[in-house]
Amino acid sequence: MSENTFINYFKNSFLPILSIVITIFAIWYIFTVYLNSSKQIDAYERKKIDWEFSDLVRDTMSQKKPLLPAPHQIVSEMWKTIFMIKVTSKKSLIFHSYVTLSSTLLGFAIGTILGIILAVSIVENKAMDASLMPWIIASQTIPILAIAPMIIIILNAFGLSGLLPKALISTYLSFFPIAVGMVKGLRSPEISYLDLMHTYNSSRLNVFWKLRLPSSVPYLFASMKVAIAISLVGAIVGELPTGAVAGLGARLLTGSYFGLTIQIWSALVMAAILAGTLIFILNFISRITLKRMGVQE
Amino acid sequence: MNKFQKVQQVIASMMALLALQSSFFYAFNNPALFIISLIALLGVIRIFYDYLNNGLFDFLFSIIGMTILMINVYESPPNGYWPLLISVWLYGWLAVEKITHEKKIAPFYRKLFFIAVPIFFGAWILFAWEVITIGLNIPMVILPSPSLISIQFVDSLDTLWDDFVQTFVRAALTGYLIGCGSAFIVAILIDKSLFLRRGLLPIGNFISAIPIVGIAPIMIMWFGFDWHSKAAVVVIMTFFPMLVNTVTGLSVNNQIDRDLLKTYASSYTQSLILMRLPAAAPFIFNALKINSTLALIGAIIAEFFGSPTVGLGFRISVEVGRLNLDMVWAEIAVAALVGSASYGVISFVEKKITFWHPSNRKTLEN
Amino acid sequence: MKNAIISAEKLNLIFETADDDVVALKDVSLNIDKGEFVSFIGPSGCGKTTFLRAIASLEKPSSGNLSVNGLSPEEARKKRAYGYVFQAAGLYPWRNIYRNVSLPLEIMGYKKNEIPGIVEKVLKLVDLTGFEKKFPWQLSGGMQQRASIARALSFDADILLMDEPFGALDEIVRDHLNEQLLKLWKTTNKTICFVTHSIPEAVYLSTKIVVMSPRPGRIIDVIENTLPTDRPLEIRDSKEFISVSQRVREGLRSGHSYE
Repeated sequence: MSENTFINYFKNSFLPILSIVITIFAIWYIFTVYLNSSKQIDAYERKKIDWEFSDLVRDTMSQKKPLLPAPHQIVSEMWKTIFMIKVTSKKSLIFHSYVTLSSTLLGFAIGTILGIILAVSIVENKAMDASLMPWIIASQTIPILAIAPMIIIILNAFGLSGLLPKALISTYLSFFPIAVGMVKGLRSPEISYLDLMHTYNSSRLNVFWKLRLPSSVPYLFASMKVAIAISLVGAIVGELPTGAVAGLGARLLTGSYFGLTIQIWSALVMAAILAGTLIFILNFISRITLKRMGVQE
Repeated sequence: MNKFQKVQQVIASMMALLALQSSFFYAFNNPALFIISLIALLGVIRIFYDYLNNGLFDFLFSIIGMTILMINVYESPPNGYWPLLISVWLYGWLAVEKITHEKKIAPFYRKLFFIAVPIFFGAWILFAWEVITIGLNIPMVILPSPSLISIQFVDSLDTLWDDFVQTFVRAALTGYLIGCGSAFIVAILIDKSLFLRRGLLPIGNFISAIPIVGIAPIMIMWFGFDWHSKAAVVVIMTFFPMLVNTVTGLSVNNQIDRDLLKTYASSYTQSLILMRLPAAAPFIFNALKINSTLALIGAIIAEFFGSPTVGLGFRISVEVGRLNLDMVWAEIAVAALVGSASYGVISFVEKKITFWHPSNRKTLEN
Repeated sequence: MKNAIISAEKLNLIFETADDDVVALKDVSLNIDKGEFVSFIGPSGCGKTTFLRAIASLEKPSSGNLSVNGLSPEEARKKRAYGYVFQAAGLYPWRNIYRNVSLPLEIMGYKKNEIPGIVEKVLKLVDLTGFEKKFPWQLSGGMQQRASIARALSFDADILLMDEPFGALDEIVRDHLNEQLLKLWKTTNKTICFVTHSIPEAVYLSTKIVVMSPRPGRIIDVIENTLPTDRPLEIRDSKEFISVSQRVREGLRSGHSYE
């Protein structure tokens, strides 16, 4: 039977994903040749070199500033900047990822705590609910990320710089989904469960700890997944306006100033890897926690 | 009054007392402030005697207090101003507390109340922002007052309009329509193949979670500095949420619905149009709503990487550099208005089309 | 044999799952004549619903012969030979009652000007005139199920397949709908196959009761109902009714070991 599940997984999940990924790479390579060819042909003509199609394919994939780098160029750049350079160096991708990651995590942690506190006070206090909740929902519809540069500047004016301002942007962004999800979760227990607690004449505190909080956990994890992704975006965007020297956002920015496309792509891929890893870890924790709590998936 | 409200009442009156003792000359110089402080102080009597003890009184008092405090902030605020502000604010909170706990309210007034409270709260935030920035002389570099921002807003309507057209109409809207439209078409195309769906769904979910806005510098290299590159970023950002949601939505229909159409020997197209698309509508609208915010974010952030000298994102980054924070706030106001307006429009259409969905039924039955 | 409208011969149906194969139907043979009202009764897992679904070509038999109107179930389905009523009403929440009933007519390509008349007629049959503009979720469970019967009647197929249509309703509503269904059957002269797990319902409604048993799903007994065709609700207190019920109960008991 376990063999069956494995085969099913392979057939229903691994194989389709793998073929789509392979297709994407194939299209990518074709586009690499296509997009970089005009520049390459120009170069040939300037140097008056005779060329064949195989030369074109080879050379379009080894340009220094290609319009679209081939995947293997990005991989080799990442290899170089991750493993061949000391982590303390400004050129190390690990260093830049670390900078971004630390402000992401700090901001996410503060945002989660704040979001939970706000949600609890909204659920427990009717006045807070009536006056705050509509604004929290409305704030989800506006592009708050656009305020990022301003927050950086304001905090700089207070003498705050470095990690914290960026982290506060992540806080700001992760705070809303957490609060909204948590309010939903704390309100998720059915009437019959609440009635049951009522028949025990249990205190509000007891209802909170024994019923509301446990039922909100699945909602918390779901919104944490959204929040961590948006925290990372916030940290990267937070690195843009100040002309920051470190972080993945800074790599994107310098890359775009100097047309270093391979650098931009490797920063992008790194960001994707970070996002994937963070969500994977959260998923893992959430699975284990929910399993121990006996929540069915 | 419950315990919590009593504590609030006591603090509010103590603050009023503090205001009175720190500037006794109110009585001659500024009778309005004096009277307000006195009423706020005397409110404490209500702990012992149930007199004028309803939310409405607190509400009106808070509004009148706000107005008088506001008038008095522009010349330097007198001693005792800030404790009085706290007192008036506590009265506002008391008002909301009392009315939310009131059980004998006609449904109409209850509805009205739940619309009025957030507005009241918003007004309080604006008011506090105004008097604190003015009263404490906070430099504009840190936080300009709402009045300064609105003056700037009115003065630069032309610029704001141009930025709106550039960023919203050209970049965000174009990208949104292309992104959502193409994702919808792709979702319909891959719908027939279980293999493609199984492959694309996890990848789409993954891509939706990564910081895709970082692709902006690449798009600028490909499509130039103008709005086309921003629209391209928006297309990529909106594509995957729409794809994932549409594909998920198309596969939610239940066994009975599928069997039913099978007993009618209906064709693929018939079941798609008659059953599966309507059933998928809530999912599709969900994506349209998520994407409306994403599109604006994408278009604004992409401008940080380079743009012609027009656009919300461009203006924000330039004016931040020049420390013209009032202009920055005016731009942010535009972004907020546009964001919530487009969200509102989509929600409205959603309610009209998916009126049957359990989450929308209540409003229809009433 | 000649006027059998549905005929099954040595029908077997096996569900293959990852763990084990489940024999849902074993050597089922049965003939249903035109105009009969046949009830299928048995505990859960006895294959009564599976048999109905096989007739509707929603499941494919593993072996044996099954013909509907002299055709294979697949061909019969393509010719729209039957109306199917599910356990849940399965009405589309975004269509009002009128448009739910007209759904099969639209799919089957009826002319636009024919539709209103047909819908009006079948809604009258199930006593739902005046509710055309209502949405399903604004109606009670019993009314929803009546609308779904109207939907199955609308394209006037000779056969009506009903899979525990009243299973989710309360007893009072159920009695009422049973009475109406019987009246409907008499006026339309359709062939009805009716799956139920209620003995009184089976005995009250049918001309023929098929008793089934699980593991593997098979037919234990086929009982011809001796009750007169005219059946007021009170008939359920008559001696004859009770004796038929007893026979059904005995059949159920003999086929089931209650392990």
